[in-house]
Amino acid sequence: MNKELIQSCGDELYQAMIERRVIRPLTERYANITIEDAYQISLRMLERRLAAGERIIGKKIGVTSKAVQNMLNVHQPDFGYLTDKMAFSQGEEMPISQMLMQPRAEGEIAFILKKDLLGPGITTADVLAATDCVMPCFEVVDSRIDNWQIKIEDTVADNASCGLFVLGDRAVSPTQVDLATCGMVVEKNGSIISTGAGAAALGSPVNCVVWLANTLGHFGIPLKAGEVILSGSLVPLEPVQAGDFMSVSIGGIGNASVRFV
Amino acid sequence: MDNNLTKEQIDELATYCEDAELKAYEITKVTDKYPEMTYRDAFDVQWEVRRRKEARGHKIVGMKMGLTSWAKMAQMEVEHPCYGYLADYFSVPEGGEIKIDELIHPKVEAEIAFVTKTALKGPGIHIGDVLRATDFIIPAVEVIDSRYKDFKFDLKSVIADNSSSCRFITGGRMARLEDVDLKNLGVVMEINGEIVATGAGAAVLGHPAASVAMLANMLGERGEEIPAGTFIMTGGITAAVTVNKGDSINIRYQGLGSITAKFV
Repeated sequence: MNKELIQSCGDELYQAMIERRVIRPLTERYANITIEDAYQISLRMLERRLAAGERIIGKKIGVTSKAVQNMLNVHQPDFGYLTDKMAFSQGEEMPISQMLMQPRAEGEIAFILKKDLLGPGITTADVLAATDCVMPCFEVVDSRIDNWQIKIEDTVADNASCGLFVLGDRAVSPTQVDLATCGMVVEKNGSIISTGAGAAALGSPVNCVVWLANTLGHFGIPLKAGEVILSGSLVPLEPVQAGDFMSVSIGGIGNASVRFV
Repeated sequence: MDNNLTKEQIDELATYCEDAELKAYEITKVTDKYPEMTYRDAFDVQWEVRRRKEARGHKIVGMKMGLTSWAKMAQMEVEHPCYGYLADYFSVPEGGEIKIDELIHPKVEAEIAFVTKTALKGPGIHIGDVLRATDFIIPAVEVIDSRYKDFKFDLKSVIADNSSSCRFITGGRMARLEDVDLKNLGVVMEINGEIVATGAGAAVLGHPAASVAMLANMLGERGEEIPAGTFIMTGGITAAVTVNKGDSINIRYQGLGSITAKFV
């Protein structure tokens, strides 16, 4: 893809997000689109968000479960950027009916860094040493692509289908919890809808952060001290609508809850 | 709950089900032969087989709950889980070998087991009673092996088949209830080094202790109780995963170590 086309795709996705209007899959219209093109498109979309006053506060890792990887026929995760406009506090209402189009909630573990991480060559030990704390988190993903008809290039271009997120009520040192075996319970409107454990994301959420640090390292981009890193869903995605209430609890870490309006 | 079957018919079904277990062959549902049978009849078949095993010198070493996930109950269109007993020869040591030729189409599930210190007698047993009566908990793996063709059954048929019980393994690391968060306790199941399932304790009726309370109340309907010192497997936290000859399983439990075994 040439520079003009990348820019116009990035602008189209940004407009779709602002106007809450889905678009047809890029992969349907541009058969030759590569993952590299898709990341360039996502950067254009990000550029527009920053120009509108948003600030980068972290990154997210997506496509971490085997089920989703098989669905998209890829064998690696993807990533997107988090901005301040996406962050909500525990107990706050999340206005999905005004901000999102086809939201789906997923329970995750968020990492808060205290040191920069610049790949390549980052190991799990480096990630644990650079992690200030881990927190329970709901990520509410959304797709600007009609009916979530995404291929990997579509979701990468669309900032890894990032929507909004809420961090929970506790921050725990990574020395206090086994991140591979910690259990997760997700409830929606009072019913338990799914359970999982840390290992559902690439064997451990730590592995996801290692992947991200090393992947971004190829572009010279560090994970920075103070950033929030969403490490990937541990349970199946759940469609949500205004009026729903959801909570997630993670063994040894804590809870996060969110009310959708 | 009344019987619709005669004692002779119960005895016939007991032989039908136990022969399939002992000789490892598939059978058709008991309800195909006796559509009119009741839950009472189904449990009578299970208890008759249990009686025969004890009469032959086997010891009953514990109890198990089955169909304890809401998803599985909805799928089977039943409102209740079911129970079964564990005979001495079902037990496999941690790190041990399970002879797959003795089984039909085994699947493995990760579970939490309770050991009681006082008796529990239903009806009216609730989670609080269970927590007070619990000595300790211990991680367990259950190998289930429905004797029914393709694992297809209804609730009455599975009850008559001892709720698909066949083998179990316990981990070495026990814990006191106050030291674990059973609702959020995570498990990770690996087969041959590949992660195949994850889950947390709440997958079992919201909390594994609720499963023990339900067992006490179901046994209470027959005038039976859970005696002190009973080992109880509370039901699968993960989906049941098929295993084949040569497979090694490794299941990790948050804060409670791991259990390994090999199917040979």
